[in-house]
Amino acid sequence: MTEPLLKIRGLKLEGRSDETWNPIINGVDLTLARGEVLGLIGESGAGKSTLGLAAMGFTRDGVRISEGSVVFDGIDLLKASAAVKRGLLGKRIAYVAQSAAASFNPAHRIIDQHVEGPVQHGVMSRAESEADCVALYEKLRLPDPENIGFRYPHQVSGGQLQRAMTAMAMACRPDLIIFDEPTTALDVTTQIEVLASIRDIVKDFNTAAIYITHDLAVVAQMADRIKVLLKGDEVETADTRTMLSAPTQEYTKSLWAVRSFERPLKAPVVAGSVPVVSVQNVDASYGIVPVLHGVSFDMHAGRTVAVVGESGSGKSTVARCITGLLPPKAGQICFDGEVMPADYRKRSKDQLRQVQMIYQKADTALNPRMSVGDIIARPVQFYLGLTGKEKRARVDSLLEQIELEPSEYYSRLPSELSGGQKQRIGIARALAAEPKFIICDEVTSALDQLVAEGILRLLANLQDNLGLSYMFITHDLATVRAIADEVVVMKNGRVVEAGPKAEMFRPPHHPYTDLLLSSVPEMDPDWLTNLLQERGVDNIGDAAVGKM
Amino acid sequence: MSAVFNIALGIALIAALAWVFRLAGQKVTGNAPRFRDMPFGVAFGYILGALVLVWLIWAFVQSRSADLVTANKFFFLGLAIKGFLLFAAAAWVFRLLGRHIGTAGTRKLFRTIPLTAAFGILVIIVYAILAIFANVIAPHGQDEILQGVAANIIPGSDPDFPLGTDQIGRDILSRLIYGAQNTVGIAFATTLLAFFIGGSLGFLAAVVGGWTDQILSRGVDVLMAIPSLIFALLLMTIASVWSSRLGIPLTVFMVLIIAVIDSTRVFRLARAVGQNIVVMDYIEAAKLRGEGMWYLVFKEILPNATAPLLAEFGLRFCFVFLTIAALSFLGVGIQPPLADWGTMVRDLAAFISYAQFAPLVATLPLLAAGAIALLTVAVNFVVDWMLQKSSGLKE
Repeated sequence: MTEPLLKIRGLKLEGRSDETWNPIINGVDLTLARGEVLGLIGESGAGKSTLGLAAMGFTRDGVRISEGSVVFDGIDLLKASAAVKRGLLGKRIAYVAQSAAASFNPAHRIIDQHVEGPVQHGVMSRAESEADCVALYEKLRLPDPENIGFRYPHQVSGGQLQRAMTAMAMACRPDLIIFDEPTTALDVTTQIEVLASIRDIVKDFNTAAIYITHDLAVVAQMADRIKVLLKGDEVETADTRTMLSAPTQEYTKSLWAVRSFERPLKAPVVAGSVPVVSVQNVDASYGIVPVLHGVSFDMHAGRTVAVVGESGSGKSTVARCITGLLPPKAGQICFDGEVMPADYRKRSKDQLRQVQMIYQKADTALNPRMSVGDIIARPVQFYLGLTGKEKRARVDSLLEQIELEPSEYYSRLPSELSGGQKQRIGIARALAAEPKFIICDEVTSALDQLVAEGILRLLANLQDNLGLSYMFITHDLATVRAIADEVVVMKNGRVVEAGPKAEMFRPPHHPYTDLLLSSVPEMDPDWLTNLLQERGVDNIGDAAVGKM
Repeated sequence: MSAVFNIALGIALIAALAWVFRLAGQKVTGNAPRFRDMPFGVAFGYILGALVLVWLIWAFVQSRSADLVTANKFFFLGLAIKGFLLFAAAAWVFRLLGRHIGTAGTRKLFRTIPLTAAFGILVIIVYAILAIFANVIAPHGQDEILQGVAANIIPGSDPDFPLGTDQIGRDILSRLIYGAQNTVGIAFATTLLAFFIGGSLGFLAAVVGGWTDQILSRGVDVLMAIPSLIFALLLMTIASVWSSRLGIPLTVFMVLIIAVIDSTRVFRLARAVGQNIVVMDYIEAAKLRGEGMWYLVFKEILPNATAPLLAEFGLRFCFVFLTIAALSFLGVGIQPPLADWGTMVRDLAAFISYAQFAPLVATLPLLAAGAIALLTVAVNFVVDWMLQKSSGLKE
């Protein structure tokens, strides 16, 4: 057997917090052959990214390698001198970060950043590297490969930037590339073309890769083997097909099972009943840029309406119109059959109370200087006028509703909570106002799948118990499948299609709905291959959206 | 030409030493990563630092030599080294004490505190005690012309007046202690006022935005366009006329004028910090709840802006303090016979020309100047530390 390209043995990493070193990775082994793609999955905090960086012999500030070895092609990266590592990084080992937009230097053109590596390492001259760059862009199916490199990072779309970054990692034809969640920040339709590009180029150049992600369906398309991490320990490693069909560990099985959550279908809405919230022919614009064009749909009591569409489709703008943050240019919002004032400042306290919102990023939705108790108590006091013991009792019962122990969490600060717990506090704050209608703006998109599932189940239970109506903004169709009763598909500020969920997931569709549905990765490892065969490489992603 | 040649030779020598140092380090330690990965610039820095240290020790020995001419030449350097060592030791002892005395919270704080910040806190505490208890601590009154005592006693020559007396026979130690009360007290009041004005207007501009923001911001721009010291001098000249006519002490006008001028800087910071907070979702949530302006500013925004504002408070305090000293030095600030450090520097400034042959005499004006410098450095150390802590929190 030939020597593997990368061999990690008994690697332990520690992170510094509060003056002590706490373990992040507790002795992980990893072997990677040339040209092999290894998928690394796990929840956030499992140590995926830390392990990915350690495979390059690199640690972030405040992290140290305490034990183990990382041998790349016979060179021990942990013992190698800085000069030796400088010669390897960027040339033979490359890294693709999660957010290309944040990783490109906005002050330089893309191609200038692309050629830096090859020229510095003396692999190619600048002219050669530029020519090679164009060839790579062509291979990655970037539009206008001759000229796109001469743009600045802000002038190209997120998906294109991510592909440009992959091209940059390929510039020196490395033996190993670490992909750290390269498609997590992208829309499904964009994600698919980035996935296809990465897969092709890795295969063509016989590059080995470590593909880090928390999305199982994505890793199923990309990886030859999958390694599952949990809190710094390896759970299991297996061939992709084996892993998907027959996981051996309980934890892996639970990860696989997440996607099976689905609520029973509800009876159709009684004809002629008054919707809780009705959006009627709403036009809206930011300044002079029009964003919404004649948007209309109804939301009924005790039901969930999912509003789907990619970023920029106007789904969050609809929410801003309903809450009154962005008064519409035309049209109106009705609540229980009555027209609400367009501007939230003109609404009565009771009207404000009835419409609550849960935000995407729980980090910025909770005041970091207020305790959990104070955050939830404020609307209780503000709307219901409760004080003293009554207020405390109400907050405690709200905390119980969101399945957090009141005595333990009442006085904590948001920084002392996990992502899922923060999101639960956001839900409790919305519930505290005792509203009829709650807008959930991408509430699970920043969370791990297991945690997200918990939040979805909680929201579903609350709806059943309290008869709430939800407007659920999301771009994740798995979430739609799990929780929605009705679906509204939006594109470019217009409603493309709307109807009950059962109808929406059954053809025939509007072509855009069809594209959106077919772009959601499935757990089948052949899904991407089949899809590409079926539609052709030019009929996916931005290219397909552009044709509509 | 030879000077240039000497400098070049010196640099070449240091470079050669650095190269040898690194090579020797690699050989002795068996190529440990510390020496193996050491950039040449770092090795150069080590050698340069070592040479400077050697020179300082040599200079210190010189300052203690029996030959008066040599000793005078290095007198102030020797004093500075002694002072530095003394302060460092004091700060170290202070930190050690802090780690073992006090509540669990302060003990934890002192475990992570850098020595510079411990020094800063120590100096601020000492100044505060001196300022508050000046009447008890000072051996004489601040404007008391001591009968039967010589004027211009050199520091250290009379045990009754350890820091000597000034031209009209007032005890300098007492005046320094009272100066802490006057100068620091007034500076503190002025800074508080500046923060109240600038902070509340800045947050208001950030929350309301639109026309309110435009009017306030452009007004601040106009005020900031005028050089602040000259503007303050101009206003103080006008105020001196008013103060005698209205019977209000000039000091009150000075506090108001400096507070308004400095509040422009606070306004800018508060507005910038406020704007970053206003876009947060929790502010949107509070607005949608129907909360009023008062709640938004004081419950939602202010608690999240304390770290940068507190850091700015320290810096602003130094600037206000220096402005007051400068105005007093120019004769329009704190009026005699009140003891004030700025005025003291001006009054005793003539003695500085004795520095070459009678360095002890020249220390007279430097005492007040040193008191100003020490407090400024101390406050900045503490501010640096707080900034570092608050930026670490954000991470």
